[in-house]
Amino acid sequence: MKYGKVFKYNDNVDTDVIIPARYLNSFDAKELATHAMVDIDPTFASKVQLGDIIVAGKNFGCGSSREHAPLCLKTAGTACVIAESFARIFYRNAINIGFPILECKEAADDIEANDEVGVDYATGIIYNKTKNKQYISQPFPEFLQHMIEVDGLVNYINNKKG
Amino acid sequence: MGMTMTQKILAKHAGLDIVVAGQLIEASLDVVMANDITGPMALPIFDEMSKDVFDKDKVVLVPDHFTPNKDIKSATNSKALREFSKCQCLSNYFEIGQMGIEHALLPEKGIVVAGDAVIGADSHTCTYGALGAFSTGVGTTDIARGMADGKAWFRVPTAIRFNLINQPNAYVSGKDIILHIIGRIGVDGALYKSMEFVGDGISSLTMDDRFTMANMAIEAGAKNGIFIVDEQTRAYLTAHATREYIEYSADEDAEYEQDITIDLAAIEPTIAFPHLPGNAKTISEVEAMDDIVIDQVVIGSCTNGRIVDMRKAAAVLKGHKVASHVRVMVIPATQKIFVECIKEGLAEIFVESGCTFNTPSCGPCMGGHMGVLAAGEKCVSTTNRNFVGRMGHVDSLIYLASPQVAAASAIKGCIANPMKVGNN
Repeated sequence: MKYGKVFKYNDNVDTDVIIPARYLNSFDAKELATHAMVDIDPTFASKVQLGDIIVAGKNFGCGSSREHAPLCLKTAGTACVIAESFARIFYRNAINIGFPILECKEAADDIEANDEVGVDYATGIIYNKTKNKQYISQPFPEFLQHMIEVDGLVNYINNKKG
Repeated sequence: MGMTMTQKILAKHAGLDIVVAGQLIEASLDVVMANDITGPMALPIFDEMSKDVFDKDKVVLVPDHFTPNKDIKSATNSKALREFSKCQCLSNYFEIGQMGIEHALLPEKGIVVAGDAVIGADSHTCTYGALGAFSTGVGTTDIARGMADGKAWFRVPTAIRFNLINQPNAYVSGKDIILHIIGRIGVDGALYKSMEFVGDGISSLTMDDRFTMANMAIEAGAKNGIFIVDEQTRAYLTAHATREYIEYSADEDAEYEQDITIDLAAIEPTIAFPHLPGNAKTISEVEAMDDIVIDQVVIGSCTNGRIVDMRKAAAVLKGHKVASHVRVMVIPATQKIFVECIKEGLAEIFVESGCTFNTPSCGPCMGGHMGVLAAGEKCVSTTNRNFVGRMGHVDSLIYLASPQVAAASAIKGCIANPMKVGNN
């Protein structure tokens, strides 16, 4: 089990704070990653380490359809986002690019900033090493689970063709 | 069990007799749309899946966000989109000069019609629900796939039914109604669901009011907003549609998760305070507060840049001057609306009163260009989002309002009641 440090945010983290529109004149993933979360947490991009985890409240990723949002978080090294709920376009964008997201109210409420957390993606069980607790997330439908396994929609479609 | 209007359209496009909420389906699409932010990013992803678009009439590209291009990077992106459109012989690529903001342009050009299933790589694609179509926003990978094979996966949504009754007063528009609704149900009040608008009150709403309301369904988290098709819709489609359309209506025994009655006569001009579209306050509540002095007003966008919006704003501004400390940007949403504003004398009213009158663009709505805010500045805007930093500096404040409230606020220099401006 790999564990990552938690960055914790509130409800309604919108795509404008995840990656502000002023940076959308580029879709270079590495460049976008340097601005991740800048309008809500200016130090995120410099502090985040490979495998760290974002935990937030309700409606994470609300707002625009910009795929730049999950892409910049994934490229910055974030392993996954755990939230009470996700805005629907962010939800499908994340799945489409093979970026794991987990819905779990109990985890979203209980996990605190800097906790060390790991996820078993096969079972959807979230482990909190710091608090020695575990939480069970909503499992994905089989179709979406498969899409995450093959790292997104492009591979899924191409595999189907082949 | 019966199906909602949205479910019936999805069933038809999935080639199924019946679908139920929660079911995962693959639907064939009538229109696949992208803009200058999401489109260029989709091109390399598209290349991984296909050489040619599935249908050169159904893939629509509209460079409207950072155009006329604000910098070299956005010009480079637009160039890629332009070259792709030419190479693929797309019939619906709209260069500036023919361009308009996508969600005003597609209905106006008759590209989207009732009964369609549409995806757009822009969250406000839900706008076309005003025509009785299923339409929803998606991201770049979904749009690249849609361009390649004309399909998308969906989870069939449940729905909330909004029964609109009575008529709104002359100073209450679709914007006030939808801000009222989002205020009531919250910014995730319709998460993953359809918002279906029915009821006798709809006949008192113009098509432009309905576009505004469907446009902001996403601000309640909805997958789509959709209106019943009535005489006004048919008249609009007769005037604009380039294809046959199909009218759908919900089954009588369709199951709705919630029924909400909205008395249009009881709604006041409504303003959404920073930093969420759900922070709704009535104009009476605002009038009871200390004056909220503003620096800027924006009248335009995919939410409120249509001709009825322009007429309403101009009717308030006519004979008045904009307050000396306020900058006002009026941005008609399409070239056609721009010309109508000139012919009807609205452009002159805007300019005479001290507003700028600009070429169609998403402009300042997402802090792109043409009116970005500095720290500490306050803006009354007819756009759709008032998130932190949306229109510029993280310490700027956006108040979402109707064109009439925006125009009245421009005159008074603070958030103002359009009923109290008076005619000159």
